[in-house]
Amino acid sequence: MAPAGYRRGVETAITTRVDGTTRTTRVDTRTTLLDLLRERLGNTSPKKGCDHGQCGACTVLLDGRRVLACLTLAVTTHDHDVTTADGLAPDGDLHPVQQAFLDNDAFQCGYCTPGQVCSAVGALAELAQGHPSHAGDITADPEPTRAEIAERMSGNLCRCGAYTNIITAVEQAARG
Amino acid sequence: MRPFDHQTPANAHTAVHLAAAHPTAAFLAGGTNLVDHLKLGITHPDLLIDLSAATTAAITELDGRLLIGAGARNSDIAADHRVRTRYPALAEALLSGASGQLRNMATAGGNPLQRTRCAYFQDTTTPCNKRRPGSGCAALGGFTRGHAILGASDHCVATHPSDMAVALTALDATVHVLGPDGERTIPFVDLHRLPDDDPTRDTVLDHGDLITMIELPDSPIARQSRYRKVRDRASYAFALISVAAALEVTHGVITDARLAFGGVAHKPWRARAAEQILIGEPATDDTYRLAAETELANARTLDGLDGGNAFKVPLLIRTATAVLRQLAEEPR
Ligand SMILES: Cc1cc2nc3c(=O)[nH]c(=O)nc-3n(C[C@H](O)[C@H](O)[C@H](O)COP(=O)(O)OP(=O)(O)OC[C@H]3O[C@@H](n4cnc5c(N)ncnc54)[C@H](O)[C@@H]3O)c2cc1C
Ligand code: SF4
Ligand code: FES
Ligand code: FES
Repeated sequence: MAPAGYRRGVETAITTRVDGTTRTTRVDTRTTLLDLLRERLGNTSPKKGCDHGQCGACTVLLDGRRVLACLTLAVTTHDHDVTTADGLAPDGDLHPVQQAFLDNDAFQCGYCTPGQVCSAVGALAELAQGHPSHAGDITADPEPTRAEIAERMSGNLCRCGAYTNIITAVEQAARG
Repeated sequence: MRPFDHQTPANAHTAVHLAAAHPTAAFLAGGTNLVDHLKLGITHPDLLIDLSAATTAAITELDGRLLIGAGARNSDIAADHRVRTRYPALAEALLSGASGQLRNMATAGGNPLQRTRCAYFQDTTTPCNKRRPGSGCAALGGFTRGHAILGASDHCVATHPSDMAVALTALDATVHVLGPDGERTIPFVDLHRLPDDDPTRDTVLDHGDLITMIELPDSPIARQSRYRKVRDRASYAFALISVAAALEVTHGVITDARLAFGGVAHKPWRARAAEQILIGEPATDDTYRLAAETELANARTLDGLDGGNAFKVPLLIRTATAVLRQLAEEPR
């Protein structure tokens, strides 16, 4: 028998569009989007680095904006659109940001790379919309300088220290 | 993590009634602090009240004031043209916090209510009066580099971690709250508490109180405002200390000033004593330094295994001086 005070997990059905495919799952309310993707949907492109919002390895695009999947509860993504690094390359056609990472040798072990790529896609969209950053004059239109890119990508740690080439890759992608 | 229900009420009133009926419910906004705390076992709500439909993300204007919906994301507030030009210290504070991903998630309501980053508060194996009343304070005699130098008590020496809240404190913001007994407004400077003998309470809000909006006054001086943050690395790190300031200088004399400090106390610290020193005096480094020194006259620093936090006093005096000088010499 269950001990006194024991409560079963609460399950709920959610429908989420993941990399263009509509997926309906029953999830425990405690499930994060990261665990939903990796453990339930078999999409291991987002990585679990810290599980506490401190590394960026789990970065995905939620309705086109970069977020951390480890701090997003799966139930809150019901009826929303999730894009992972995997989904940026449908049928293996690389996204320009992914190609730029290859061209510039912007990784070593690759563990942080899917998160870096999603974060770069989000960061470039923010730049295009004129969002300011801590690296520049908040009243001016931002330019994708190396300092701007480093600041905007600071939420993605790389244990291998591939930062120099990551910035170059994002610069290349920003030039289009 | 303990099991919980998840509900998404359609409006603020329903959210508040739901909370009032569930003493152990918690509001869920961006989740960047709450979900972390669920994982760490710091809090055990049995119901999450998802605010995605109950609060608005809109930023609207009313008679020259700016009303920021509690659901507005930190990134969108910082990108708003009115915020950037009329309340630049707020945009700068937001942009100095966390990371691009986190700012896309974090909300106007959740940011000021994030809890301390005191490592002992986050570690459930150590004593902490804020997490478990009466258990003691592991920070005393432990690592205190990030801890308070103003307004602390023997019960708790934690600091409030929000950057946004420091700017809102300096810029005379107001919080709109809907509670079980109806609506009320609270001056932002009065939202957070000092720990005294009950560090479990970070703010004056009670269970079921929902922040619906944050209001910025029509304030000419706020256009001449800045935020500067000092931290252990250039980005994606919490403040050791920070300064939000606004200054009005006429013919070399300071005619009005707003000053608030972050990283020094259990609440964002409005530096009223310093403001009194500044107003009416010449806009010089001597004035700025005297003002900051006066505010910190009662500072109490802590020893610690990591060397303690006495460094914060000179660091804050120099940073406040530099920010005020920049405001006087390089008007926006
Ligand atoms: C790695 C990391 C680095 C960070 N660095 C910084 C930094 O440098 N500077 C900084 O300022 N912050 C930083 N943060 C903290 C981040 O800014 C906060 O976690 C965020 O602002 C909280 O907002 P949220 O909407 O996600 O709140 P949630 O996590 O959803 O909620 C936080 C709290 O507020 C309550 N709440 C939320 N909305 C309301 C409402 N409308 N009414 C009443 N109660 C409500 C919740 O119940 C909960 O108790 C960092 C976080 C992480 C993980
Ligand atoms: S400083 Fe406050 S939060 Fe940190 S351990 Fe002591 S009581 Fe807890
Ligand atoms: S795994 Fe999400 S930020 Fe590290
Ligand atoms: S490439 Fe190894 S962690 Fe970044």
